[in-house]
Amino acid sequence: MHPAFSVIFFTVASGAGFGLFALLFLADALKLGGGLTPMQVVLAGVAALVLVAAGLTSSLFHLANPKNAWRAFSRFRTSWLSREGVFAVLFFPFAFAYVGLTWLDLSGFGALRLGTGAIATLLAWITVFSTGMIYGCLKTIRQWNTPLVPASYLALGHFSGALLLLILVQPEAAAVHAYLNLTMALLIAAALLKAIYYFWIAEAGVASTINTATGFTRAQVKLLDAGHTHGTFLTQEFGFQIARRYALALKLFAFAAAFVLPLLALLGAFGQPDWTLAVVSTVLAALGLVVERWLFFAEARHVVNLYHGAQRC
Amino acid sequence: MRLGLVIDLDVCVGCHACAVACKEWNASGTTAPLTDYQPYGAEPSGVWFNRIRHYEVGEYPNNKTINFPMSCMHCEDAACVTVCPTGASYKRAEDGIVLVDQDKCMGCNYCSWACPYGARELDRESGTMKKCTLCVDRIYDQNLPVEERQPACVLTCPAHARMFGDLDDPQSAVSTTVRERGGYGLMPELGYNPTNHYLPPRKAKPIPTEGLGKPGFKERLKGLANRIVKR
Repeated sequence: MHPAFSVIFFTVASGAGFGLFALLFLADALKLGGGLTPMQVVLAGVAALVLVAAGLTSSLFHLANPKNAWRAFSRFRTSWLSREGVFAVLFFPFAFAYVGLTWLDLSGFGALRLGTGAIATLLAWITVFSTGMIYGCLKTIRQWNTPLVPASYLALGHFSGALLLLILVQPEAAAVHAYLNLTMALLIAAALLKAIYYFWIAEAGVASTINTATGFTRAQVKLLDAGHTHGTFLTQEFGFQIARRYALALKLFAFAAAFVLPLLALLGAFGQPDWTLAVVSTVLAALGLVVERWLFFAEARHVVNLYHGAQRC
Repeated sequence: MRLGLVIDLDVCVGCHACAVACKEWNASGTTAPLTDYQPYGAEPSGVWFNRIRHYEVGEYPNNKTINFPMSCMHCEDAACVTVCPTGASYKRAEDGIVLVDQDKCMGCNYCSWACPYGARELDRESGTMKKCTLCVDRIYDQNLPVEERQPACVLTCPAHARMFGDLDDPQSAVSTTVRERGGYGLMPELGYNPTNHYLPPRKAKPIPTEGLGKPGFKERLKGLANRIVKR
């Protein structure tokens, strides 16, 4: 698949924003590490909303005919892309209400505040799941057609959100330890899911081959001529194939930048809480996550490649 | 009614006439024009609904060239319709033709990701997705004579390798030929149930030309008569 940077930025940014909001609400409601001050909640909430909005705006750049984009909300009964749009937009009023009520800090509105926050968190989870399912529901792309995809989207979104939350929490020793623990747990969960995913997609597919694609299942089939001298929409969109050694190098880099180095930095932060370590970890992780998302698209082989000469996908 | 095409792989010579006819017919109409990118330039490309690819089946010296025209299969369980967020992609209930509403499409490419056969292409000029319409503007056109109310590709094929009809009607010519020749849909394991079917190459019975035995009296008489007539 041809990796589109607008979609990469969209999924990484909105995933981080939704993850940050969900963890923020849970930390606030469950009083994690003693709880957060209203100012911290507002700051983190605004950061989450900005990330989500930036991501959604970026996704519009992927459209060839954006004037019809408003119609994308109409088919939520069947289309995961439509569902994602609906839930993402529904998230905003509840998130705004939660952040606004926190900022106003009015007594007597505590239950409403937590209520709107809870609904917004639920919508955030459903939205990230829907984003993963946009790719996960496609039977044409073996590398995406696995439950590990929506699981990874949720795990990585929460992990990146946890890193951002760590920056926004002021370094009081007891409080920071709780958030460090949370971030490390999410890091390990996300790293494990990603490792399993790379292991799972490594073998070439057996279900769809050039034989089932052409119907000649009892003989060897090879492409003689694709029928066009230069590229087509199909070869441009689906023909991209990354060499194995580059994929391996990029995977190692992504793991190092997103998981290994931040883990070492966070462990180092247990001695003395260091705000700069948290920032450095976040920047590294952001780089690692962009590479991971790029690989997610680059390693995907659509079955239409079977018609262009691939033996298996 | 389930309208579709049946393509005879035994007969197709790979001339691309069907691709050209499709391109010509769709120079006007709802999804027209089919844009060409650099048609006279260094890397000509463009939007085509019908593409013919060529495969070598078997291993030399027992190999065969198969010419493989492909356009939209108008699948029964078309995922391209399910995934479309705007509702631009739809399947008609009356005849099963899958179409793209050009006024609704936002060009997100999602339907092309869902299509295993590569039927859908983005037209960069219009920003919308386009695909084979099964010549829906031809087959119901009362201004055309009845025999011309067929898709352009079917009418133009010089080898008569393409057939058009109702695959829901077991007595129709297309259904009969699919039954008799063992026609199949592509990538059945994906569960899309394509309506278009492909007829496999026929197994030709070898006609012996050697070791036929001595010619009988009748054959010799016939041979004599043939030689007299020829000379």
